[in-house]
Amino acid sequence: MLDFYKQGIKISTRALLTNKGRSFLTMLGIIIGVAAVIIIMAVGAGAQSLIINQVKSLGTDIVGVLPGASEEEGPPASVMGIVITTLTYEDALALSDKRNAPNVLEMVAYYKGMGTVSWGANSYDTNLSGSTSGYLIVENGDIEEGRFFTKEEETNLAKVAVLGSAAKKELFGESDPIGQKIKIKKQNFEVIGVMKERGTVAFQNNDDQVFLPLKTMQKLIAGVNHVSMMRLKIDNQANAARAMEDIKLTLRERHEIKDQSGANDDFTVTSSAQALDMITIITDALKFFLAAMAALSLLVGGIGIMNIMLVSVTERTREIGLRKAVGANGKSIMTQFLLEAITITLSGGVIGIVIGALISVLIAVGARVLNYDWDLVVSPFSIGLALAVSVAVGLIFGLYPASKASKLQPIEALRHE
Amino acid sequence: MLIQVRNLAKNFVNGEITTKVLNGVSFDIDNGEFLAIMGPSGSGKSTLMHILGLLDRASHGKYYLEGKDVTKLNDDELADLRNRKIGFVFQSFNLLPRTTVLENVILPLTYSKHRANPSPRARKVLESVGLGHRLNFYTNQISGGEKQRVAIARALVNDPAVIFADEPTGNLDSKSGIQIMEILQKLNSDGHTIVLVTHETYTSEHAKRIIKIKDGSVEEDYQVKSRRIARDGAMLK
Repeated sequence: MLDFYKQGIKISTRALLTNKGRSFLTMLGIIIGVAAVIIIMAVGAGAQSLIINQVKSLGTDIVGVLPGASEEEGPPASVMGIVITTLTYEDALALSDKRNAPNVLEMVAYYKGMGTVSWGANSYDTNLSGSTSGYLIVENGDIEEGRFFTKEEETNLAKVAVLGSAAKKELFGESDPIGQKIKIKKQNFEVIGVMKERGTVAFQNNDDQVFLPLKTMQKLIAGVNHVSMMRLKIDNQANAARAMEDIKLTLRERHEIKDQSGANDDFTVTSSAQALDMITIITDALKFFLAAMAALSLLVGGIGIMNIMLVSVTERTREIGLRKAVGANGKSIMTQFLLEAITITLSGGVIGIVIGALISVLIAVGARVLNYDWDLVVSPFSIGLALAVSVAVGLIFGLYPASKASKLQPIEALRHE
Repeated sequence: MLIQVRNLAKNFVNGEITTKVLNGVSFDIDNGEFLAIMGPSGSGKSTLMHILGLLDRASHGKYYLEGKDVTKLNDDELADLRNRKIGFVFQSFNLLPRTTVLENVILPLTYSKHRANPSPRARKVLESVGLGHRLNFYTNQISGGEKQRVAIARALVNDPAVIFADEPTGNLDSKSGIQIMEILQKLNSDGHTIVLVTHETYTSEHAKRIIKIKDGSVEEDYQVKSRRIARDGAMLK
C-alpha cells in the first residue's frame, strides 16, 4: 500500500512538472491565499502586541475619570470632542482625599487645549496641558532640568510653565530656557522646567507639550471652570476595582446623584486594565476577520484546482481506461487523483508559507527600523493551520474530479479519442 | 474449460434506437488455445472481445470464466479479475506517457494485492520479449514495435489465464508485425492462451482456430489447417 502512495506521488509530481506553467498558475491561488493568511496573522499579532504594549505603558494601575456618562457599549461623549463640564478641580481634590478613596495614591487633573507659544521672535503651535502637580507621579514623567510646579502654584494662578522636550527645542533650540519668559495669549509665563524626552506613549506625544498649572490654564487661558480628564494612580492593581467603586461613590455624593446603579452618572470611570481587555477582544476579532477574508482567496484557489483537475481527468481519460483495464478499481483511481490534487495544494501551501513568512519578516524589520516595538510572530499555529487548510482544499476540491474519474467505465475510457 | 459463453447478446441503446451488436453467441475456449476472432469492422468482434475481457457487460446470456459466472460480479470484482486473469494488448498500445518502459510493465502489479518485488518480475518479462536494454527508456523514446512488445510484457506480468490481443499489428509496419506475431506464437507454445482479434485473414491464420463473426453471430468456427508461422528470429533466442 505504501508503494502505491509512493508511486502515486511520483506520478502526480511528474504530471505537475510536465505542465509547469499550468501547475504554477493553478497553485497561484493557493500560494496567494496561504501567504495572505500567514501575513495577516503575523502582522495582526505584531500590531496587537504594539497596541497592547502602548496601553500597558500607560500603567495598568491607573484609573481614569472622564466627564459625562458612558454610552451603552461605547466611550463617553467627551471622547468624541463634545464638551461636558460636570467634572471640576474640587472633584479631583475630593478623590485624592484618603477618607473618600483610600487606595488612590496620587491624582492628576487636566484641562487641555491648543495654543501658540512664543519666545522672542520664535513662535510655536503646541498642546497646552493644564495639569496638577501629581503629573510626575501618575504619568511617570521625568524632569530634565529645573522643576515641575508645586501644589501652591496649582491654584494661585502662578504664571509658570514647564516645557516638553519638543516644545523646548522648537522655541529655544540649544539655549537655556530656565527663567526665560514665554508668551501665551499675550501673557508672560516664566519657564521653570523642561521635561525629559519620552516619545509617544499610548499614541500621545508627550514631548510636544507645554505644561501649565491647572487653575492658570482654566482661568487665564481657557476661561473655563471644568477639567477634561482625571487620572488616578492606585496603590495596587488588585485594588483597582475597589478604588473605582470609591471614586464613583464620592462623585455621586458630590454631584448629588441618588441613583447608585450608575444609570444617572454624569461621569465615567475607566481603568486601563479594562481598556486592555477590550482592545484585546477588538484586535483579536479584527485579526480573525482579516484572516477569514484572506481564507476566501483559498476558496477561489480551490475552485481553480477543481477546474484544472476536471480538465486533467478529461485529458487522461484513456490513461484512466488503461489503468482500469489492467486492474485498477474505482478506489485506486480516486486515490490517485486526490493525491494529485493534494500534491498541488500542499506544494502551493508550502510555497505560500515561505513567501508569507518572508514578507512578515520584512514588515517586522521595517517596523523596527521605524522604531516601533514590533514583535515578529509567525506562529506554528498559523503554519499548521495553513498546511491543514491546503490539504483540506485539495481534498474537497479534488473530490468531485476524482470521483468522476473513478466512475468512468473502462471501455468508454479506452474508446475516448 | 477456460471460457464458456452461452447465448451472449449485446444491445446498445441510444435514445429509442436499439442496436443489436451481438445476438446469441456461444462457444468454448480451452486452456492453451490460440484463437482468432475474425470479422469485418462492425461485425461485433471488438464488442465480443470487450465482454470476454470483462471490460464490458453482456446484455443477455452466460459467461463462465474458469467455471465462474462473471455476469453477476460488481465493478470492483471485475477489476480484480482483469488484474489477475486477463492481459490486454491494444492496437494503439495504450502505454502511459512520461513513464519508463519498466514502470509501464510494473503498473498491473501495483494494483495487485499479492505481489512481492514487482521490479525483478517486470524485468524478467521485459527480457523475455527482447527489451532488456530499454528498461529505463521513456515510452516516447522507443519505436512502435518496441511499444507493442512493452504492451505484451505488461499483459504477461501478472501471469494471466488469457491474453486478448486486439488488432495488435494494426499500427505497425510489416516487419514489426511479424515480430509481434512471433512473440504471440511463442507465448502460446509456452502454454499461454491467446485470443487474437483481427479483420485480416492473413493475420488470423497465425492462430490455431478461427471464429468468424458476421452481423453479431458466429458464422464459422474451425481449426486452421495450414497455420502460418511468423519467423523473424531477431529477438527470441
